[in-house]
Amino acid sequence: MSTPLTSLNVDELQAALADGATSVDITKAYLDRIAAIDGELGAYLHVDPEAALARAAEIDAGDKTGLAGVPVALKDVVVTEGVPTTSGSKILEGWTPPYDATVAARLKAAGTVLLGKTNMDEFAMGSSTENSAYRVTRNPWDPERIPGGSSGGSSAAVAGGLAPWAIGTDTGGSIRQPAAVTGLVGHKPTYGSVSRYGLIAFSSSLDQAGPMARTVLDAALLHEAIGGHDPLDSTSIDAPVPVLAESARRGADGDLSGMTVGVVRELGGEGHREGYEPGVLDSFTAAVARLESMGAEVREVSCPAFDLALAAYYLIAPSEASSNLARFDGVRYGLRVGDDGSRDLDEVMALTREQGFGPEVKRRIILGTYALSSGYYEAYYGQAQKVRTLISRDFSAAFGTPDDKGIDVLVSPTTPTVAFPLGARVDDPIAMYAADLCTLPASLAGVPAISVPCGLSEGLPVGFQIMAPALADDRCYRVAAALEAALTSDRGDRGFLDQLATRAATQEGAA
Amino acid sequence: MSTLSRTDVSHLAHLARLAVTDEELDLFAGQLAAVLDAVAQVGKAAVEDVTPTTHAVPMTNVARPDVARPCLPRDVVLAGAPAAEDGRFRVPRILGEEA
Repeated sequence: MSTPLTSLNVDELQAALADGATSVDITKAYLDRIAAIDGELGAYLHVDPEAALARAAEIDAGDKTGLAGVPVALKDVVVTEGVPTTSGSKILEGWTPPYDATVAARLKAAGTVLLGKTNMDEFAMGSSTENSAYRVTRNPWDPERIPGGSSGGSSAAVAGGLAPWAIGTDTGGSIRQPAAVTGLVGHKPTYGSVSRYGLIAFSSSLDQAGPMARTVLDAALLHEAIGGHDPLDSTSIDAPVPVLAESARRGADGDLSGMTVGVVRELGGEGHREGYEPGVLDSFTAAVARLESMGAEVREVSCPAFDLALAAYYLIAPSEASSNLARFDGVRYGLRVGDDGSRDLDEVMALTREQGFGPEVKRRIILGTYALSSGYYEAYYGQAQKVRTLISRDFSAAFGTPDDKGIDVLVSPTTPTVAFPLGARVDDPIAMYAADLCTLPASLAGVPAISVPCGLSEGLPVGFQIMAPALADDRCYRVAAALEAALTSDRGDRGFLDQLATRAATQEGAA
Repeated sequence: MSTLSRTDVSHLAHLARLAVTDEELDLFAGQLAAVLDAVAQVGKAAVEDVTPTTHAVPMTNVARPDVARPCLPRDVVLAGAPAAEDGRFRVPRILGEEA
């Protein structure tokens, strides 16, 4: 029996398409799996099979080059013309955007086929997708566990074989953490290197869209398709996209000689292990040793300000969110509640927002309103922005200068634990926030960071995070590809999808 | 540093135009006090002479050529509005009875 289309990597799909396979066949294979499994998995909020198949047929009729004909899923924070977009919130239920985000437009122009929009924590606030106003998303590795968040619909779709790859967004770890807990590769690009135009804003100084894929090479291909300068985003960096797919291919050769890897003490090292699972640390340590065996020079690096990243992030992000979410006022789009002629605008606004927002969004708006209020601004928001400077300085000191070369990449676990059980942290915001402990520093400094699978702990995936200087995203891909290739060769199988398939078969056999 | 009382949360919710319920006030006051405790740790940092970072990349003013471009058609935009009338967004009254 030949390999099902839904278990091919994207570079293999491209080869199949060049060899005569049709986009309609591939798209239909995915739609069939979505129809069969997604009722239980909960990865998607919106799927339009007829539109997807029509689009695939249209691509099949033309020239198929590059990514043409390859299906893709988009996190529901990405605005899509004519396709419902909710950002996981009731306040946008039923809204159909009149335009495309740049990320969506670029993927459309490349000839990809939109499978659907994926579930997420409401307005991307969360680490488990349990804050979605619509449905629970389950982890394909264990349906009783979280798929990570906020891009948990995207991680579940790709890990579960319901999309070959997907777009996520990352504000404090929302691409990397869900990728880590579902055995995927997820990359947060350098801030400003992928357009934010048409992403429903959460925290504008932190938000970045990026790829979530089964392999490092696939992630690099997707990143190249969406990256680059966009005049519609005033914070977009006007610089060429680094060569990423080529870096991934080169990295897979497994030679890391001349590269210096810094292990961050504050993220799971000596004296900083509280909350980290031993299995995660063991897997991480083994991966560091594997990098060393490929010629990398490894040393420990201390970044003291990283200890305050969580505190700074949970002031800065809610502050920006409280301002960004002011646009949901029940006037121009989305929900309106209580407009019966007897209430004035302020009352209607307050009732609309009360009914349209979920608890976590309300908590963050209230916290942000407080942190920005007169009398508290300096002690909270102002102080957090200064801590942000200290975190950037720690990165700069580690990475050195062209004259005084420091380390090339910093590494850490992606998240302190494997996927936790559904419901375990919903009533304890602080415990939920701790899932982002390792991913927040790179977000606050705007530097690129990737998560690549590095092993299993208690049968569940562990993520390895690689952080690089701004605009050196290629280094993340190179080191991640080296690790991926080494672990694949050590195991002798094609990768985590094979392990997941084996696990699923065992579970079905047992059921 | 201070903590957040139920009254504080109620006031903040009003400022943020959130008509929160009594149950929510009880829940949020406790949760937000715990969160505020955690984030107050930023106060520990030695920040003399440290400039604040507002954005991760250096910000420069960006201007586009002063050329008119088409915008979205009015009917397309109004189609997404909760209420529209005479080609405009219809809003609840903004002035009280006494005004």
